[in-house]
Amino acid sequence: MLDKRVGSAAEAIAGLRDGATILLGGFGTPGYPARLMDAVVASGMGDLTVVSNNGGANGSGLIKLISTGRVRRLICSFPQTAGATEFQEAYAAGKVMVELVPQGIISERMRCAAAGLGGFLSPVGVGTRLAEGKQVQNVNGRDYVLELPLKGDLALVRADRADRWGNLTYRKTARNFNPVMASAAAVTAVEVREMVDLGALDAEAVATPGIFVDRVLVTG
Amino acid sequence: MKPLSRNAMAWRAAQDLYEGMYVNLGIGVPVMVPPYIPAGREVILHSENGMLGFTGLGKDEVVDPDLVNAAKEPVRLLPGGVFFDHATSFTMIRGGHIDVALLGAFEVSERGDIANWTVDDPGRAPGVGGAMDLAVGAREVRVIMEHTTREGEPRLRKTCRYPLTAAGVVKRIYTSLAVLDVADGVLVVREILEGMTFDDIVQRTEAALRLAPDCRPLRTPIA
Repeated sequence: MLDKRVGSAAEAIAGLRDGATILLGGFGTPGYPARLMDAVVASGMGDLTVVSNNGGANGSGLIKLISTGRVRRLICSFPQTAGATEFQEAYAAGKVMVELVPQGIISERMRCAAAGLGGFLSPVGVGTRLAEGKQVQNVNGRDYVLELPLKGDLALVRADRADRWGNLTYRKTARNFNPVMASAAAVTAVEVREMVDLGALDAEAVATPGIFVDRVLVTG
Repeated sequence: MKPLSRNAMAWRAAQDLYEGMYVNLGIGVPVMVPPYIPAGREVILHSENGMLGFTGLGKDEVVDPDLVNAAKEPVRLLPGGVFFDHATSFTMIRGGHIDVALLGAFEVSERGDIANWTVDDPGRAPGVGGAMDLAVGAREVRVIMEHTTREGEPRLRKTCRYPLTAAGVVKRIYTSLAVLDVADGVLVVREILEGMTFDDIVQRTEAALRLAPDCRPLRTPIA
């Protein structure tokens, strides 16, 4: 019987190695997989590349990783959020290298990786500092930059409900980056509020089909 | 003459949003716009984090931590409002499905260039968010910002001094002193804060200006 449930957060992130790329869901607090990130902190792994829209709220697992110098590179669009004083301190102290990417380009680069594409041409940022060094191509009179796929070794996702096949539903704006991240990593670990029987999720409402999910942890 | 408050600027920008428009509001003064949209107009708000059809939370309403706008402020979903993921959200933005993006800015040039993501402070991480996607993807980009810096320096420039978000995209600017439209390398002054003159605006602006023949006084019902 197919059952993607795991018994612990450590089991959910098993296989994580130094130097890995983690796709971390959430937009601020909604959709941020707190328990799975705490397990990453406990794992001791470092030299990580983390793809996360924000730099982490005070006290979060992400900011603990950053403050202790275990995130080599943070790929993000808006690292410094209101009140995130710990991120500000870590950044000022040179604890993390920030690679700033426009928000919709982060998600589209992951979608590209998920869909098996080799890249895409984007008008975003053309002629600005964030497009420096990128290949420019003119199509029908308009300049575009070549954006490359962004794939993760491990995606950490927060969803609302799951079944044992790994089908997921989300809650309100906690969905955000989670579905695209779930589809763009070699291994996808999910924490959910509750597990339901197979067939109990409305098949029309499933936002992440179980094919993208490897491990599910119920955290409540 | 006292410049418009942030609330008054938000009120003025709200008057130009019409029934059926899909509108994205940036962080800062733009997210203050919703309560000032004239009653009865169904303006559908879009938020980068995956939501269409919401409004600000009333004073006594219960906060749902999973229901926030792009500024991470709690909001309320309206009947008909929907949620979707980030890839879909930016499909709406870059694909030209958003009618108006109202953005904050540090500077706008006379050619409609916008700079709103970094002031190059080495001790502080810059943040771009969805601004670059919105600036090139929305059908119309409008800016709300103070007319000058705290030190009195013009924010409407010949050329932006800060790194650009996008070149030549801004159509209209609501400042604390005036309403201006970008037209062929000149900013056309459409409205001037009541009690001020065109010369007053010229003195506080670096960009090339032209007075619209039908320029009107800028009046708001709130201070």
